[in-house]
Amino acid sequence: MRPGKIKNICLLFVYITCLFMVFPNSVLAMHIMEGFLPFNWAAFWMVVMIPFVILGLRSIKKTVALHPSLKMLLGMAGAFAFVLSAMKIPSVTGSCSHPTGVGLGAILFGPTAMTVLGMIVLIFQAILLAHGGLTTLGANTFSMGIVGPFTSYGVYKGLQKLGAPRWLSVFAGAMLGNLLTYVTTSVQLGLAFPAADGGMTASILKFMSIFAVTQVPLAVSEGVLTVLIINILSVYSQKELQLLAAFTNGKITAVNQEAKA
Amino acid sequence: MKLVIKNGLLLVVVIILAFSPLFLAREAEFAGADAQAEEAISTLNSNYEPWFAPFWEPPSGEVESFLFALQAVIGSGFVFYYLGYAKGKYNAEKSKKA
Repeated sequence: MRPGKIKNICLLFVYITCLFMVFPNSVLAMHIMEGFLPFNWAAFWMVVMIPFVILGLRSIKKTVALHPSLKMLLGMAGAFAFVLSAMKIPSVTGSCSHPTGVGLGAILFGPTAMTVLGMIVLIFQAILLAHGGLTTLGANTFSMGIVGPFTSYGVYKGLQKLGAPRWLSVFAGAMLGNLLTYVTTSVQLGLAFPAADGGMTASILKFMSIFAVTQVPLAVSEGVLTVLIINILSVYSQKELQLLAAFTNGKITAVNQEAKA
Repeated sequence: MKLVIKNGLLLVVVIILAFSPLFLAREAEFAGADAQAEEAISTLNSNYEPWFAPFWEPPSGEVESFLFALQAVIGSGFVFYYLGYAKGKYNAEKSKKA
């Protein structure tokens, strides 16, 4: 990435941060509707989100600095999340919801990179589509940009270690990442709106029955689509994937050695 | 060709998953899950007033679906641009080696 581009990206985030400072009541944006989290909870999730965003920016910068050839692939992972979040798909429960598409990027680039990309998608939807919201951005980024990608990444890595075939690890990672995103949303709403009888647990279950059950077939779809893209990449983008395989093994120092080997 | 067949089958699975609910749950309204959550909140806590409204809301369902379609187009445009680029690069390298 050229220095000019990095500067532009930094400026974008400065802009977003300023936006938050100018509208302090309105901090966050995604699957929980605008204004539907009490202020304290909205602020809490926002604060939780910030360190992950910083880590994500660092991780993206590092990836791109070490391997400029991965820039395009990173953009593609972001675009994938962008498309899938726009698809409101009917589900067997008779309502609609959408996949998140963050599993692919998390598996390729690590979970924190997707915190940043997921947040950008959420901001777009909150501002232009009134879907999600700026006040709920922190909570929604936490579910879609933190819990989802970390789950995908963890499940993928875990299954790979156990020797599962790659398609299975990718499928399970993307699917569970999507599912847990909405389980998290239910928990967030349940914490903020405890039921009069049964308290938090009762209302968490209630929200889960709305979000999470609807989400099961969509999670499977997301898993399948992610496998489909990985299949294509593993034929046409072998080189990039080899660079990344080194990446996702953790230590950056090991990357150069492996890339040379 | 193997890749095409494999991915074709995967695509069929996704299409079945996405469209079968329309036949399985014929009576349903297919409203958004987020709208249902709004209702649930008002039953759990009828005093709750959303304390912040979006700056701007799409004025109609048409405009909203246009914006969603736009989002999908921008995203898929880049995804397929990348896939085409990767395939072109792969083929170019292969023919160079040959």
